[in-house]
Amino acid sequence: MATQPEVPVATVAAEPAVPSLVDRYFTRWYKADVKGKPCEDHCILQHSNRVCVITLAGSHPVLQSGKTIKSISYQISTNCSRLQNKVSGKFKRGAQFLTELAPLCKIYCSDGEEYTISSCVRGRLMEVNENILHKPSILQEKPSTEGYIAVVLPKFEESKSITEGLLTQKQYEEVVVKRTRAATDTS
Amino acid sequence: MEMELLNELQKFLETEKDELVSEVPNPPPKKIRLQELEDGIDRMDNLSQNGEGKISIIEDGSIASKNSNLNVCNVCLGILQDFCEKDFVKMVCEKVGASGFEFTNLVFSVSFPPQLSVREHAAWLLVKQEMGKQSLSLGRNDIVQLKEAYKWITHPLFSEELGVPIDGKSLFEVSVVFAHPETVEDCHFLRAICPDCFKPAKNKQSVFTRMAVMKALNKIKEEDFLKQFPCPPNSPKAVCTVLEIECAHGAVFVAGYCYISLAGRYNKYSRNLPQTPWIIDGQRKLESSVEELISEHLLTVFKAESFNFSSSGREDVDVRTLGNGRPFAIELVNPHRAHFTSQEIKELQQKINNSSNKIQVRDLQIVTREAIGHMKEGEEEKTKTYSALIWTNKAIQRKDIEFLDDIKDLKIDQKTPLRVLHRRPLAVRTRIIHSMETHYVDEHHFRLYLKTQAGTYIKEFVHGDFGRTRPNIGSLMDVTADILELDVESVDVDWPPALDD
Repeated sequence: MATQPEVPVATVAAEPAVPSLVDRYFTRWYKADVKGKPCEDHCILQHSNRVCVITLAGSHPVLQSGKTIKSISYQISTNCSRLQNKVSGKFKRGAQFLTELAPLCKIYCSDGEEYTISSCVRGRLMEVNENILHKPSILQEKPSTEGYIAVVLPKFEESKSITEGLLTQKQYEEVVVKRTRAATDTS
Repeated sequence: MEMELLNELQKFLETEKDELVSEVPNPPPKKIRLQELEDGIDRMDNLSQNGEGKISIIEDGSIASKNSNLNVCNVCLGILQDFCEKDFVKMVCEKVGASGFEFTNLVFSVSFPPQLSVREHAAWLLVKQEMGKQSLSLGRNDIVQLKEAYKWITHPLFSEELGVPIDGKSLFEVSVVFAHPETVEDCHFLRAICPDCFKPAKNKQSVFTRMAVMKALNKIKEEDFLKQFPCPPNSPKAVCTVLEIECAHGAVFVAGYCYISLAGRYNKYSRNLPQTPWIIDGQRKLESSVEELISEHLLTVFKAESFNFSSSGREDVDVRTLGNGRPFAIELVNPHRAHFTSQEIKELQQKINNSSNKIQVRDLQIVTREAIGHMKEGEEEKTKTYSALIWTNKAIQRKDIEFLDDIKDLKIDQKTPLRVLHRRPLAVRTRIIHSMETHYVDEHHFRLYLKTQAGTYIKEFVHGDFGRTRPNIGSLMDVTADILELDVESVDVDWPPALDD
């Protein structure tokens, strides 16, 4: 819940006087090079109530300029579609259980490239974002909010430990810097 | 001693009915008219039932309790023998005193075992028969009920012992429950004759409640009754036992607890105050809470053990409640003091208001427990109005927000907001934004006043909650919007009744 004290009204400014919705309620965690694939970085938004939103990190290939998404599919195997996930009740029974490497969706780009997005956290799948099915460009326009991939609810006991294998914002930024340096070094 | 009594009684029996004089002190006025006749019949009841020569003591109960050889009355099961004399009343009053309750009057309630009604019915039928033989007719209402007789005797005794009057409207109740295990089965024959009076209900230990037994007795035909139940009834071996003596203060007495309910409306002026105490892992995250600030004083003044606070909806920590405030109700559990004048309640309200500027209370009043339903009704059915300070990422002009003023009854679909998803089921809720009014502030800010259906998540309607609330202000304006401030302007529930302050 909100931890903000009295909010001063901002004078004319492009940025709000307060942090964004994401910054107010969520902590950003990262997983780089998911499944060994270079630069396929994911960003997990962890709410103070332990709900996690899986999103693409800014460095992910899909979010680079020039990439066009052809389609997105939640059918991750013959028998499993994330769209069929049904959750009921306060305790979210019936949800598909995800491990860190569980695939969430496949993104098909116009250049023929295919990307699999993984959960990165253990927990129950709450929902996948159907809005990006209908309008994939949202994923690229607003990857941290409307373009989220999925919502996962970790087990209560594991809510702290799930971030053990993930990078903080700072650590992630260092990884990206190193990568860029390495790229410029070789070129 | 016994011989003397026996002589006295025999003399009594020979007395003409007309000469009977009431010895019962101060019965209630409505009975005075039939007093003499009734008293005579009452005595006859007791005497004729003991036609086998057993003595039934009516007035001087002290003998009955001390004489173990004395037979127990087969109608009152000893209640008018052992349990309406000073010693017993004193014992009950000692318990009342020990409870620590404060009271200026009391209502006395007594519960007799159901089978006593059966015995009373048998006695009545027998008396009717006897009267019939003498060509006198007798109505059921001409007979004094045992309970009434019991109260006639005991009320003045209680009054004297406790020093307060008996008042049927009193909020303080002293209750005594009698049982007679020996004759529990006396009622069972009724089930065979009137089975539908004795349907098992959950939460009831026995199906033979007083209500059910009375119902069956009204239905059963005289002949059938006389066939199944001995008239006069058998004499029991033991007197009744006292199952429980309770005292309770307040409007409601439920399963061993008593509650008094208060209602009012609260305003919240702090953006840093939770509704209920915010404690995680034993650590308090934010100082105080709405419920504590209101209830603290009430708990003390009413000398209650605990409280249950509820309100018609609630607001977030950082949201103010303006206007007439939000209806709330507090149930105080086991109040040891519950008698307050409306002036005293007003003063109590003032005290609460003086103690904090974070909240203010109005219309504080004692209400019935049922009235709380009105408040919860409001939670789902009524509308609320809000004002929000909105930020937009794109620069806006007045014309960019005008269209919002014209939108009426906008339907929105809200998935369970992420911020409550950990404790609420995942669902989509359709809600209606009835109307909006915009006030331009500057290029990146405007105030939005909205009137919405109860249960609408306003913050999510503004920022869209990752696109999970649609439409939202952002999508309507094609901007990224965020909410900086939210106030509840009104909660449109007209309960509790407004008081002139």
